[in-house]
Amino acid sequence: MSGALAQFGQYVTDHHHWDGPRGIPHRTVEHLRLSVTAMVAAAAVALPLGAWLGHVRRGGVVVQWLVNIGRAVPSLAILAILFPLSLRYGFGLGFWPTVPALVVLAIPPMFANAYAGVRGVDPATVEAARGMGLRPAQVLSRVEVPTALPLILTGVRVATLQVIATATLSAYVGFNGLGSFINEGFRQQDDAKLLTGAVAVATVALTVDALFVLLVRRATPWRMASARPSRKGTT
Amino acid sequence: MNADSFIWWDWVDRHLGEIRTATYEHLRLTVIAVGLGFVLSLALALLSLRWRAARAIVTGLAGLLYTIPSLALFAVLVTITGFSTLTAEIGLVGYTLLILVRNIIEGIEGVPAAVREAAEGMGLNPLRRLVAVDLRLATPAIVAGLRIATVTTVGLVTVTGLIGMGGYGSFIDEGLKRSFSTEIVVGAGLSVVMAMALDSVLVGIQRVLTPWQRSSRHRTNLGYELPKPIA
Repeated sequence: MSGALAQFGQYVTDHHHWDGPRGIPHRTVEHLRLSVTAMVAAAAVALPLGAWLGHVRRGGVVVQWLVNIGRAVPSLAILAILFPLSLRYGFGLGFWPTVPALVVLAIPPMFANAYAGVRGVDPATVEAARGMGLRPAQVLSRVEVPTALPLILTGVRVATLQVIATATLSAYVGFNGLGSFINEGFRQQDDAKLLTGAVAVATVALTVDALFVLLVRRATPWRMASARPSRKGTT
Repeated sequence: MNADSFIWWDWVDRHLGEIRTATYEHLRLTVIAVGLGFVLSLALALLSLRWRAARAIVTGLAGLLYTIPSLALFAVLVTITGFSTLTAEIGLVGYTLLILVRNIIEGIEGVPAAVREAAEGMGLNPLRRLVAVDLRLATPAIVAGLRIATVTTVGLVTVTGLIGMGGYGSFIDEGLKRSFSTEIVVGAGLSVVMAMALDSVLVGIQRVLTPWQRSSRHRTNLGYELPKPIA
């Protein structure tokens, strides 16, 4: 293992591995492009629908059911099934077979949290907002969503982390992202290359996650003050 | 038989033996992982409930492990422990920990203090209180964790198949290499079926273990549980 670590050190310091379409920077960008596409698509579906269902306070069964199914379907299975279809219908290798698999992966945490967050808003708060003359859409956008924001953002954060980690699998259907280092390293029995891929994906995931924590803190400043004392449930 | 067809039933017919073997391997890896993961998680959760420092360390490490892509983890482990059940299980068990520890802790912490005091007042010793009161009342949260862990593990075992450790993933791997869609569909389809089947089994187990929830569910006009947000 120490030999492998030394090789890994050599591999990542070799400037050849930082240039061109097979280099670390290019593959990182590709990896992020794939992840962002999937996240945007999944968020566009999951967040409005989840928040709206939470707002009208119905559809809990459907939400639970969809979330369970979404969790039960392995990403690899979706991407593998889409691969031959994508080739047959001209969508090509790599990117397009992977996006739907990642979308399905990302939807459950965002959907569940948007729904549960909005639905969990104190009815008295909603009542007060209505009493002030806000229309239903305003209640949702000005009261319910901001109140549910911490939970909603947690859902987005969990989904993002999973998507970045799972986008690695795209290498198996010919996508040139960070997973390619792992796939090639494994096939060529090149441990240094393999470790490069693993470390790179973990680094990207942790970096994005850290940025997220900062973002959540900025987006919900009121939380910092109240978070401490009300901790620890004494039922 | 059209050579261009998406799924070739002929092939399925001729490979029933292999399909059975793969099913057995897939199920075995999954059950061992969730079983071991549960025992370990229970121990870690109890430690975390007792010592705050342990809790921070356990959830921190488990969370960190969760960010490592599964494919990478398994591939790296192969270089250390070779192609073996051990290699697969180290990774699989690791991934179950975060989900299970979190849910066990949440479940036990959710036991009302009054109930706990009553148990103490009845003279139950700590061990009996844990088994008969805490764990019993925490069952819904624990089973919820087991369901997610199981379903996730079935998916992860498909990934270990990609790097040659049997199960349905080996069909997917071969199918991708040979561009043979039948094999891909069989591997992917069966892993979905297994995930859903095991999930229903756990739902059934929970019904049996928590009869009190069944009766109250009929009385509430909700008729279902709220989807649990992910913390």
